[in-house]
Amino acid sequence: MSAESLRILLRGGRVMDPARRLDLTGDVLLVGGRIAYAGPPLDPREAEADQIFDATGLVIAPGFIDLHCHLREPGQEAKETIATGTRAAARGGFTTVCAMANTSPPIDCRPLLEYVQQTARREGVVRVFSLAAVTRGLAGQELTEMAELAAAGAIAFSDDGVPIASSRIMRAALAYSRLCGRPIMPHCDDPELLAGGTMNEGPVAACLGLKGIPAAGEEAMVARDLALAALTGGRLHIAHVSTAGAVDLIRRAKARGVAVTAEATPHHLALTDAWVAGHRWEGHGQPYDTSTKVNPPLRSEADRQALLAGLRDGTIDAIATDHAPHTLVDKLCPYDEAAFGISGLETALGTLLRLVEHGELTLDLVIEKLTIGPARVFGLPYGTLQPGQAADVVVFDPQTTWVVDPTRFASKGRNTPLAGQRLRGRVEATFVGGRLVHQTEEFAARQTRALVTR
Amino acid sequence: MVGRKDVLDLNDFTAAEIEQVLRTADAMREILTRPIKRVPALRGKTVVNLFFEPSTRTRVSFELAAKALSADVVNISASGSSVEKGESLVDTVRTLQALGADVVVMRHSQSGAPYLVAQQVQASVINAGDGWHAHPTQALLDLYTVREHFGRIAGLRVVIVGDILHSRVARSNVWGFTRLGAHVVLCGPPTLLPPLDGHTDGYGLPPVAVCTDLEAALEGADVVMALRLQRERQQAGLLPSLREYIARYQITAERLRRTAPHAIVMHPGPLNEGVEIAPDVARSDRSVIEQQVTNGVAVRMALLYLLTGASDER
Repeated sequence: MSAESLRILLRGGRVMDPARRLDLTGDVLLVGGRIAYAGPPLDPREAEADQIFDATGLVIAPGFIDLHCHLREPGQEAKETIATGTRAAARGGFTTVCAMANTSPPIDCRPLLEYVQQTARREGVVRVFSLAAVTRGLAGQELTEMAELAAAGAIAFSDDGVPIASSRIMRAALAYSRLCGRPIMPHCDDPELLAGGTMNEGPVAACLGLKGIPAAGEEAMVARDLALAALTGGRLHIAHVSTAGAVDLIRRAKARGVAVTAEATPHHLALTDAWVAGHRWEGHGQPYDTSTKVNPPLRSEADRQALLAGLRDGTIDAIATDHAPHTLVDKLCPYDEAAFGISGLETALGTLLRLVEHGELTLDLVIEKLTIGPARVFGLPYGTLQPGQAADVVVFDPQTTWVVDPTRFASKGRNTPLAGQRLRGRVEATFVGGRLVHQTEEFAARQTRALVTR
Repeated sequence: MVGRKDVLDLNDFTAAEIEQVLRTADAMREILTRPIKRVPALRGKTVVNLFFEPSTRTRVSFELAAKALSADVVNISASGSSVEKGESLVDTVRTLQALGADVVVMRHSQSGAPYLVAQQVQASVINAGDGWHAHPTQALLDLYTVREHFGRIAGLRVVIVGDILHSRVARSNVWGFTRLGAHVVLCGPPTLLPPLDGHTDGYGLPPVAVCTDLEAALEGADVVMALRLQRERQQAGLLPSLREYIARYQITAERLRRTAPHAIVMHPGPLNEGVEIAPDVARSDRSVIEQQVTNGVAVRMALLYLLTGASDER
């Protein structure tokens, strides 16, 4: 039987599709790579399934969409490749990832964009969209050929990793981006306030003697970019919002009608700067553990609470991982010298379900911000179980606990402060276009004999 | 100190452990007054002084301490950063371990570097100053000097003046003095004070008073500690001029009238006489700056002994 006509039935799970306000116990039927049905239990004979999985106790949701990850290819294949990064995505329940342009060389022209697209088609196991750089060489001086890049499939534009220091260039980028209708996605920080900083500025940094990165730097740049978006009519998507002040600025800009969306990462939603000093949920970490070094830095508890509030009230549209894999050598050094970044694709769901367990977020909201929320930000035709849509589906067990062991990651990046921590919620299976790209042994054992053979 | 492998900062020292170091330093000071200043406690042990930052007094102090205990001492000064040398810090220290170092005394320009090293080697690591973070042996010798003078630490008012933000001496002294029950006041211009308020989940400095007005800070002080002012702070735009800093924050005889009459003046060195401290104050009978240096050897002997020499008897 060809994959095109394969009929897969996921039975008796908790079907959650925030795009359609669906949350019930029922079935999802995938036919020929598309969603055929998602709703109350089907008569199994009617489903005429070739494969049936018993999803009792599991959540069936649209595959997750990550607006922000670093796949490092081309150029930094020791950190990650499209092959390993997309496998990590599949294990994390992500069916679509958007790859950042700060590769080596950066994705600033059409041939490089096509290289990523072709490599992803050949080696990726989930859908990959590439961003393109805002400026040539990420140098912050000349715009890339944005119209051509957008026509070739660049999903958005970002110099992520480096803030765009020049207000003149940022204004031009936002204005020019109206030609192609794709958003500009800035990494907001003031380069002078950021310079030399390694963690959040505050009492923990004061205790550790590390140079702080003040929240005010992010907030000043968010304020500038919101003003420039209003001035130009360009679309702005603010990457990895991390401070209370930035949430407040975005909330007020949205109320004024500025075309802005925003994302927050699981680590900024769940962790604080105390983790740099060794705080952990369970046990104690080492102070100066470089796996906690990330940009923007892990912030204060007040910032974390503001991000959660922003997620709940819609100020923040999406949860994005900012998956930033690094090699051991990049991180096995003094804190000041270590690379910024957390490998996040494989721990995102478990981190977020901890917030659900502690009553800080609802499961429905988490799924919304991983599916239809990000789909809308970049205008992607995914993120829902609406019949007719591509069969991008995640099945996860919201109860199973597991201990994070980075040596077992599919990602090459083992840089996570969550090593050794117990997370609740494990991805059991991931389908992309109806194709099973990841499953646990437990899920494989849930396959039951098809009732009707055709 | 029993069971302790490393001395990285005083934040994880109990009051009893600090007292143990100070008591042991008393015994070590007696050794240093003998005609032959040498005991065999660390014979056969190797102490490596690994200094990634220039230092004279701390390195010499450790060297004399180790030699007085009959240890073999190797001095390595890696001027410039390990990155410039092309060898990583971890590689350097693993090599020293393979060469048989029992104790690595380490100074590094980056906060936290000794923590990385301590995780990578079985040798004991003593932090001889890391970035802006900590200088625990300086704090211990300061505690020793104050205790020697007053007979106690608890209840004293200790005012630390100057560039608190960038000072590892200030941070370690905050831990040490508060742990033994002193009241600590940090005083300096706003651009050189760290942010101390806010939620930390218990990972911040212990509570201290912070103030920008030196005259007010000095009221009733028992101990006044001036910190070295690096001239690069002015270049970085944190101070308008040295002149204005001196006018507001120099420890002068005039200002010391506000302290308790018996107050002592300390300085971790090296001094910028005429900047953070007036020359006549540095040389006055209130100054214990030279005792600090002398006591440094005894305190470092005590630490070396407690970390390695005593371990054979456990």
